[in-house]
Amino acid sequence: MGAGTVIIGTGQAGFQTAASLRSEGYEEPIILIGEEPQIPYQRPPLSKGFPLGQQDFESIQLRPERFYQDHRIDLLAGKKVTAIGRDKKQIRLESGARIPYQKLVLAVGARNRKLGVEGAALEGVLYLRSLEEAIALKDRLQSSREIVVIGGGFIGLEIAAVARTLGKSVTVLEALPRLMSRVVAPVISNFFRDLHTSRGVKIVCDAQVLEISGENGRAQNVKLQDGTAYPADLVIVGIGVVPNVELAQAAGVKVANGVVVNEFLETNDADVFAIGDCAEHPCIFASARVRLESVQNAADQAQRVATTIAGRRSSYRALPWFWSDQFDIKLQMAGISQGHDRIVTRGDAESHKLSVFYFKGERLVAIDSINRPLDHMIGRKLIAGGAPLTPEEAADESVDLRKLEHEMAQRRTEPASS
Amino acid sequence: MPKVIYVSAKGDAREVDVPVGTTVMAAALKNGIDGIVAECGGVCMCSTCHVFVDENFFGRLPPAQDTEEAVLEIAAEERRPTSRLSCQIKVTDELDGLTVRLPERQR
Repeated sequence: MGAGTVIIGTGQAGFQTAASLRSEGYEEPIILIGEEPQIPYQRPPLSKGFPLGQQDFESIQLRPERFYQDHRIDLLAGKKVTAIGRDKKQIRLESGARIPYQKLVLAVGARNRKLGVEGAALEGVLYLRSLEEAIALKDRLQSSREIVVIGGGFIGLEIAAVARTLGKSVTVLEALPRLMSRVVAPVISNFFRDLHTSRGVKIVCDAQVLEISGENGRAQNVKLQDGTAYPADLVIVGIGVVPNVELAQAAGVKVANGVVVNEFLETNDADVFAIGDCAEHPCIFASARVRLESVQNAADQAQRVATTIAGRRSSYRALPWFWSDQFDIKLQMAGISQGHDRIVTRGDAESHKLSVFYFKGERLVAIDSINRPLDHMIGRKLIAGGAPLTPEEAADESVDLRKLEHEMAQRRTEPASS
Repeated sequence: MPKVIYVSAKGDAREVDVPVGTTVMAAALKNGIDGIVAECGGVCMCSTCHVFVDENFFGRLPPAQDTEEAVLEIAAEERRPTSRLSCQIKVTDELDGLTVRLPERQR
């Protein structure tokens, strides 16, 4: 096998790097290696349409199997990389085989954070990230009646909505005072608490899990520090992820909260890149180094790395965006709200049409939208373009965001005269 | 089985048999049509499955929902009157022969 580009990780970032390299005209060999045995697939449906039976594996494959042959992408699925030798520019597989590279892309992702309480290893305590876990969870959901979800973040709430839609009794235990508190404003947290509650999900915040107790090795009860207990025949844990940095670290690649990269997504070795969930990168929209877990981040960073490897090096400047589907509501998020000091709203929660605009000083940094898709899409352009939108204008429904965006775009194309 | 005709930005046409109920986006991926990226997987969050629908068919499609209309605002190649997201077009027997043109760029 010849050098060219070796990509470790067959998730969305790894897949998109390979696909984009070919569409950018890259002619060298491409080797795409990952531990998961399947061809690359989308992860978002695993907590949404897949467990509901609305989507099967074929429908969530990123591309059919033939795509990889057609595009001369050597896909090595189910193979574990055990070491990176940067001096000889080669990687080693578990089998002992060595594969040389000219450029190496680490798209190694993250893994579930494990619950560290007694009883966490009991049978009936499940996690969700991979297809394999999703199949096990889907199967288990069918036969369960009482479900406790530990973690009121996106994954926990999405799977809670799925379980409730399947008619199960569902309780969500969140350690912090409100849902999704790391990323959304209280008004959004409250909206989703009310949504879940109105559909029959029990939401418990400030819930510190003490232990999971069981009988005959099977989980039966989730106990909190305050003494309350919630019976469960299925416990689903969604308490975040930790980036897979060990392979990079062992090879002397700098790591922090993820594999550290510069604005070109290069590590401290210019022939080694890191992208997607595993990469800590400087984000111009956060004015900070961040590590983001999203389809957008994976796909846009992959595209950027592919362009650089194909010979047109440029910095990564894409606007982050996210979404979450819970019951029939889609939460759309643009930008990074962290560090904001003021919020204003447009629309209201009662009508189920609501956007929250986050400002840092004078600057619009993020927008979260529920059933206001135009706010979200135009908002992406406004945030990315540094729109001079004031909080007063953001809150005023009579201010047409689209018009504002058009004016902004026009100013950009006109030569600066004054 | 109804046929869908994909015309690349360069003008090359490819005819594909599509089972009823499948989206124009999913059929493109399955059949190796370059020019449909489908980054978000068909949930109206990105615009990378944007197509221009042939005028003879455009009026026969169920109208776009608000979410789709909003996404068309951010299409890499500017939207036209017959722009749609191919993830939102489900193929039916009545749409046999549906012709869509692909934009030059999706990202």
